[in-house]
Amino acid sequence: MLKIENLETFYGNIQALKGIDLHIEDGEIVTLIGANGAGKTTTLMSISGVVPPRNGKIILNGKDITGTAADDIVSMGLIQVPEGRRIFSELSVAENLDMGAFLRNDAAEIKRDMEYVYQLFPILAERRHQHGGTLSGGEQQMLAISRALMAKPKILLLDEPSLGLAPIIVQQIFDIIKKINQEQGTTVFLVEQNANQALKIAHKGYVMETGRITMSDTASNLLADDEVKKAYLGI
Amino acid sequence: MSNTSTEQANRFISLKDIKKSSFIALWFMFLTFPIMVIKVNTVNNTVEWRWANMIIIGVASFILSHVWRLFMNRRDGKLSDEQKGGQTVEKLTLRQKLDQKPVVAKSLSYAVLVLAIIFPLISGMYQTSIMITALLYVVLALGLNIMIGLSGLLVLGYIVFYGVGAYTYALLNLHFGVNFWVALPIGGIFAMIIGILIAIPVLRLQGDYLAIVTLAFGEIFRIVLENWNDLSFGPSGIANIPRPTIFGLDLNVSQATNLTYFIVLAFVLVTIFVIKRLEDSRIGRSLVAMREDEIASEAMGIDMGKTKLVAFALSTFWAGVAGVIFAGKTTFINPSSFTMWESILVLCMVVLGGMGSIPGAIVGALIITLLPEYLRAFSEYRMVIFGVVLVLVMVFKPDGMIPSIRQKYEFKKKPESNMKEAE
Repeated sequence: MLKIENLETFYGNIQALKGIDLHIEDGEIVTLIGANGAGKTTTLMSISGVVPPRNGKIILNGKDITGTAADDIVSMGLIQVPEGRRIFSELSVAENLDMGAFLRNDAAEIKRDMEYVYQLFPILAERRHQHGGTLSGGEQQMLAISRALMAKPKILLLDEPSLGLAPIIVQQIFDIIKKINQEQGTTVFLVEQNANQALKIAHKGYVMETGRITMSDTASNLLADDEVKKAYLGI
Repeated sequence: MSNTSTEQANRFISLKDIKKSSFIALWFMFLTFPIMVIKVNTVNNTVEWRWANMIIIGVASFILSHVWRLFMNRRDGKLSDEQKGGQTVEKLTLRQKLDQKPVVAKSLSYAVLVLAIIFPLISGMYQTSIMITALLYVVLALGLNIMIGLSGLLVLGYIVFYGVGAYTYALLNLHFGVNFWVALPIGGIFAMIIGILIAIPVLRLQGDYLAIVTLAFGEIFRIVLENWNDLSFGPSGIANIPRPTIFGLDLNVSQATNLTYFIVLAFVLVTIFVIKRLEDSRIGRSLVAMREDEIASEAMGIDMGKTKLVAFALSTFWAGVAGVIFAGKTTFINPSSFTMWESILVLCMVVLGGMGSIPGAIVGALIITLLPEYLRAFSEYRMVIFGVVLVLVMVFKPDGMIPSIRQKYEFKKKPESNMKEAE
């Protein structure tokens, strides 16, 4: 589904990604874990076209999308949920969801998807007329994920959905991610610091350190790996 | 904390306030001492000490300061009452009341429209002429509102596009004899093209940086006009621009003024209609999304570059058309009509009226153009009063006279959400 070869991204003279290879199959949940400043967010930004890479290749469904504009990539079904949620705080919940369906024209299906999203997160249905900015952190994250779902993603890129949320909410959000993957068959690429939770729902995992992929394996193997345990799981 | 401030608001005079006011009065007496008290009589070489002035200053500033404090207390008291939530009866704004009674709102707007139509018939040419200027500023404020209110692009040199429209008509008429009606769309389109040309290099800028660059563009425009004698005839400007006519009739000055008035009025209505439709459209939503969060908008598949260009193009078109009408109305234009000050004035209208709100922009423009006009009776103090009004509005209605409905909605909903979270 998504293949990344030797990806290198720079911020000015500083090299954030030093040649990354990733491989995501259709219908998988793949997680990328690593410490602060490892380059996880940069990887996502490069894939979604917000920060164009300098070298390397990004191949989506057999098509080279390196250097394609961000909005064109979205229209190909690769949707990003940006770090820190970034919902439209002065728009209502329903309007936020509407913005997610910006590139779609099928009114009937948009409505159906909105119902699906409300069913996934009943709290959003309850607050559909409330401003995005008045929601709590967890609800905002739910809204951000829902907004991305409204774009009918084939592959969903999630950037730290657990950021700043209470453990119980984190659990809830990860359950939903798993549910979306199972029910809709959406491929999920999950960037996380919360390695334990992420590896629990993922099929495959990559570990990243200072711009390089240092380890890749199935999620269960990584969970059992001694080094990963020591460095990221705190066990 | 909130309790004490409410109590203070209820009490007419509190010791703390008196202390503060007296201090301010003393300070003002000290500040104005050299100009108000000492007067050197150069003829007799004596110094007059006008102590009475000092007392007047002291008393006046004490009273002003105390009244100010009283209003501020009352405002804070109101705010903290609202924060306590629940118990206080929600006060509806005029706008919300009107929304609940569409019949009243409709008949009210028709009444305003009828009044606007018969205005030139019941008032003199001078009044009509003032009203034309006011309505031109309404169009400018509505246009700038697309950029500032809807799209969140802080553009300071907006008057440039007004100037482009005016000069387009003046020059086309001078060299090719193009008449007003033909120049009207050309001026708009030309302003739009200039707008897009300016927008391309500033696509990547945001906030303050965008403001500075557009400010610079505004100055460049004026300086070029002042110095490029071959094109713009420099500071002496272009005179004898024909007034608008209709059906080839020969109109006298007062008839032409009335005609101009109706053209502007029609144009204001068209602008309102188009902008209202724009707000609810797909483009309008992408503009709002851009204002809210650029990265999120990009993640939703909105092309930021294109959206910014659209915002510039849509906004500058109105300024261009207004410029053509302005040139036709005054029959003379020169660069001094398109200075920084005018840009700032239009910005004031948008902010004073309430960013992103159509009625706000209209009211703001009318207040800012008409107030100094009708304050002429106060001669030299009129600009002072004007300034005080601006400050007072911003202190007591920080969202503007008629805030956009989105913001109002948030205030209405907030207490409910607080209560829910508290449960």
